[in-house]
Amino acid sequence: MLWAVPALLFFAVFALAPLGIVAYLSFTSWDGLGAPTWVGGANWSRLLADRDLRDAAWHSLVLTVATWAFQTPVALLLGVWSAGRQRSRAVVSAVFLLPLLLSSAAVALVWKSLLDPNFGLVAELAPRLGFDDASWFSTPEGALTAVLFVLGWQFIPLHALLYQGGARQVPDVLHQAAAMDGAGTARRFWSITLPQLRNTVVASSVLMVVGSLTFFDTVLILTAGGPGTATTIVPLVAYRTGFEGFEMGYASAIAFALVLVATGISLLLVRVTGFGRMHSTREGL
Amino acid sequence: MSPARRVRRPNVVALGVLGWLVVVAVPVYAVVVSSVRRREDYLDGGPLALPDAVTADNYLHALRSGFPGYLLNSTLVALGVVALVLVLAVPAAYAIVRSGSRVSARTLRVFLLGLAIPAQAVIVPVFLLVSQLGLYDTLLAVILPTAAFCLPVCVLVLTTAMRDVPEEMYEAMALDGSGPARALVRLVLPLSRHGIATAAVYSALQAWNGFLFPLVLTQSESTRVLPLGLYDFQDEYGTDVPGLLAAVVLSVLPVLVACLFARRALVSGLVGAGGK
Repeated sequence: MLWAVPALLFFAVFALAPLGIVAYLSFTSWDGLGAPTWVGGANWSRLLADRDLRDAAWHSLVLTVATWAFQTPVALLLGVWSAGRQRSRAVVSAVFLLPLLLSSAAVALVWKSLLDPNFGLVAELAPRLGFDDASWFSTPEGALTAVLFVLGWQFIPLHALLYQGGARQVPDVLHQAAAMDGAGTARRFWSITLPQLRNTVVASSVLMVVGSLTFFDTVLILTAGGPGTATTIVPLVAYRTGFEGFEMGYASAIAFALVLVATGISLLLVRVTGFGRMHSTREGL
Repeated sequence: MSPARRVRRPNVVALGVLGWLVVVAVPVYAVVVSSVRRREDYLDGGPLALPDAVTADNYLHALRSGFPGYLLNSTLVALGVVALVLVLAVPAAYAIVRSGSRVSARTLRVFLLGLAIPAQAVIVPVFLLVSQLGLYDTLLAVILPTAAFCLPVCVLVLTTAMRDVPEEMYEAMALDGSGPARALVRLVLPLSRHGIATAAVYSALQAWNGFLFPLVLTQSESTRVLPLGLYDFQDEYGTDVPGLLAAVVLSVLPVLVACLFARRALVSGLVGAGGK
């Protein structure tokens, strides 16, 4: 058990302790330079009444749900497919993984260029596909769709990789036995691969949900929260409040609220799926 | 490989895979092709047209700017993060899986909760901490928090992988007189190498992708990492899309090379895995 101590200590210093400090700062007024002044619950009552923040929370929620619904099926499909060891699959999955090599900043900048309504890829493709207007970023729905798509393009490979790893751990014996019993490919996927992948599904979903609640670099570069505030999500509000408005106290309150929500959702996912109690997907073998 | 896996899949899967292949490949093609075109040609022909005249000017321009330095910084940060994460997370996951006590379940829970701590949430205290340690505007300032935030996922991935090592194998090792350290090196590491590879790849990508920590914790040109460099290029280049895309391609090349090596290690590791 001692072997876990260094990791725990390191994690405590750089993640857990700062979390405590942020909770304290949420009850203060602080411009980042002088000493924080205690203001009690002022930040929190402001937070509850903040209309802009409520809109941002709604955008975050929509984006999170849509991200999960979009990324999970695609990642599952690609991951399980690429788990097969044929050479052709290895080559094709190498192409799938390409977006993983790009940083968020690079992905956002590339897509900002490609989605440019005048010179980009969409300007060329949209008329051929029957759309008149290719200016995605000028309507709220279009901008949100663009963010959703770009995030999917960037993060689906990571989750496909998780599913690939999971699918390869499924013992061949199970597939062979099922095949002998006459189960087809689809039947084997639903009855063997998917149940065996439950650990992976939970891990991937937690990552995806917490990830969508917290990333902001893609949105910052791609749409800067616009048009208007149509794609302004909670982390972006927190960042701007803290590092552009220098209201570190209020920014800390928003940040801490975000942590509470994200923790609640993770706990719920872990509890509902019983991940903490799970020992191995190899049980019964 | 068993013949059972070679059964043909339904067409709907093939179509889905093919569809996503197009979604990934077309933009990649557009980026590469556009990066070797002159700016005027790009504005005239659009991103999909084959270039009439190929030019390396965009790349030379990027290389003459601060680019090589950013590349070096990003590489150092990624290597530092992966090394730190593996040294900390592998023993931790092993302890969690093997000790089986209530404490180990609680340890895992701490890391699971850690999944929910977003970097944005603690950026102000982390900034304070790094300044207090005198590390502000150094690469170490980026490495330490980035590694800390990789730990939850990596411990989770490694724990999942190590749980699947059969109990009988530990018993066999114990019968041969091996202690826990030897069991880790000879048994657990080889059998969970896929999980270890996943953890390493994940950490390296987090480090390479990292935007917020470098943005807040570094300042000067000499500690600038690639994502920040690209972000700055955006202002500098304006409408010079081919120039920007050339910088993006340059930022990917080293990772591409590294991934080719990692892939080979991954495949050979899988072939040699006994008992699976």
